[in-house]
Amino acid sequence: MELFNNLIFGLSVAVSLQNLVYCFIGVFVGTLIGVLPGIGPLATIAMLMPLTFSVGPVAALIMLAGIYYGAQYGGSTTAILVNLPGETSAVVTCIDGYQMARQGRAGPALAIAAIGSFFAGTVGTLLIALAGPPLAEVALKFGAPEYFALMLMGLVAAAVLAQGDMAKSLAMVAMGLLLGIVGTDVNSGVPRFSFGINELIDGIGFVVIAVGVFAVGEIIANLGDPAERQVFTSQAINLFPTREDLKASFGPILRGTGIGAFFGVLPGTGPAIASLSSYLVEKKLAADPSRFGRGAIEGVAGPESANNADAQCKFIPMLTLGLPASGVMALMLGALTIHGIQPGPEVMNQRPELFWGLIASMWIGNLMLVVLNLPLVGLWVKMLKVPYRLLFPAIMAFSAIGIYSVNNSAFELYLTAVFGVIGFVWMKLGCSPAPMLLGFVLGPMMEENLRRALLMSRGDPSVFLSRPISLTFLIATVAILTVMAAPAVRRRRGDIAG
Amino acid sequence: MRPAFLDSKDFWAGVMFAATGGAAVFMARAYPFGTTLRMGPGYFPIVLGALLVLFGLWFMAKGLRSQKRIEGVWSLRALIVLPLSLVLFGVLVERAGFVPALAVLIFGSAAAGNEFRFGEVAVATAVLTALCVALFIWGLGLPYPLLAGF
Repeated sequence: MELFNNLIFGLSVAVSLQNLVYCFIGVFVGTLIGVLPGIGPLATIAMLMPLTFSVGPVAALIMLAGIYYGAQYGGSTTAILVNLPGETSAVVTCIDGYQMARQGRAGPALAIAAIGSFFAGTVGTLLIALAGPPLAEVALKFGAPEYFALMLMGLVAAAVLAQGDMAKSLAMVAMGLLLGIVGTDVNSGVPRFSFGINELIDGIGFVVIAVGVFAVGEIIANLGDPAERQVFTSQAINLFPTREDLKASFGPILRGTGIGAFFGVLPGTGPAIASLSSYLVEKKLAADPSRFGRGAIEGVAGPESANNADAQCKFIPMLTLGLPASGVMALMLGALTIHGIQPGPEVMNQRPELFWGLIASMWIGNLMLVVLNLPLVGLWVKMLKVPYRLLFPAIMAFSAIGIYSVNNSAFELYLTAVFGVIGFVWMKLGCSPAPMLLGFVLGPMMEENLRRALLMSRGDPSVFLSRPISLTFLIATVAILTVMAAPAVRRRRGDIAG
Repeated sequence: MRPAFLDSKDFWAGVMFAATGGAAVFMARAYPFGTTLRMGPGYFPIVLGALLVLFGLWFMAKGLRSQKRIEGVWSLRALIVLPLSLVLFGVLVERAGFVPALAVLIFGSAAAGNEFRFGEVAVATAVLTALCVALFIWGLGLPYPLLAGF
């Protein structure tokens, strides 16, 4: 059985000492920043990415991925214990998780969240392994027009499905595409938007933009509106769920995993949407919906499984098509590129150790997270006592060292400072920066494919319509735009976001 | 009285998009546009810039009517001090070495917050700097001199 062999091969890569260590560092850091509000996976991955350049791409990706899904676990811990979502994906978990904690059932809530997440992570891993090869097979047949249409669809879908103002997200995609142009044009050798600055001839560094906007910009914004942090007491926690808890959680975990996997492969939908949908489904299916909001364990089991499945399945389009479905995936794609790997369907054939090793490591990482989270829950809660005024200078220090270590260039530090200010302004104006990052990463590839497609067709733009796969993507793009712009949907979207 | 649109999120977002797009188009005029068959280096930027200008105008129009005001407090102190400490790190790391640059950065960014306490920040700076030296210079072997130019 090929799937089985591939997974065994992946496991053999993932259990090498170096990869295990990086996986552990990843999930450890991930849990930590998941617990801490005010710093998310995006900023952390951006800031630590330069430190992974010296190790191989496999260990680097394993660690960065660990930060990402580790944060989902950490976020739920604070949601349950202190009613404070460490990450947006855990907002829903607060509702019933915190009520359970108030009733002295924090232990079972934490345990069910971990079990649900682990189950969802396992299924997610299997789904990537199952869906990856056939998807890559199809994608190998894509020519330039198909790629251009696919990227257009991905970008539009990511922008309109993301939370926040849809039109602004679309404009931010265009902004990102424009930023991606800075530097020497590969075809003509003309330096574009380089303002005569030598350092800009190679383009704006990916890490510079990501750290500037998501770490520095975010800190400037946080210092403007300091969020109140609650004081709390932690008591000894009995972790074991009762047999009834397990029975009640079985269905929600299965359904949550399914819902999360579905939203996971859609571009733009963050884990918050998956967990909210799961919560609403469980509430609708419950015999007594009034229990929800008062400590129903289903309200923890479902959403926690959903956000983890979502996080895992976001890797499918990134690994097989080279299409990032979220800001974090754009960072992963950037990391691949920096390691000299051209993202896309070829990755699976040319770097099987990367693809299968990463997948297997995610499963191992999920296992580590269960072990890391349940017995050590007290430690994580203590971390919350680190005040933000001590946390953010540390983030600044790590960011600065990370950026400087990429090219030993002080100019990139100045540029990061500029992007910090720009990122802050974007956030204040309600322009979500994540779609910008997607545009920035895909920009150069999109231009190249557009150019090639038109060269192929001798300048006839109808090439995008005459090829069935590309036509399908374009129709889907228009359909997504029309549906999401329809007044009824917009109103409902507003309700969910608000 | 101050017109309402001057507080509008949408209006200023529109200004930002239109200005960026306008500047892009203006600069990209210097690059050969090419034809649809052979796209020049100016083709993609001009199309994108024009698109951003359109988005910008639309948001400005929307902002004239919208009620969405810019929320929250602006911390002018953070907005200036935080980027400045990053710039200082860049200047110092090449001239004075890793340790002074890092100490200035950490102390400087802590000063950007409004809960600044001198004693605490001094201790935190020392501890964090030592930690970073241990981790990055000795641990990961980054090739920067701890002190330079003295």
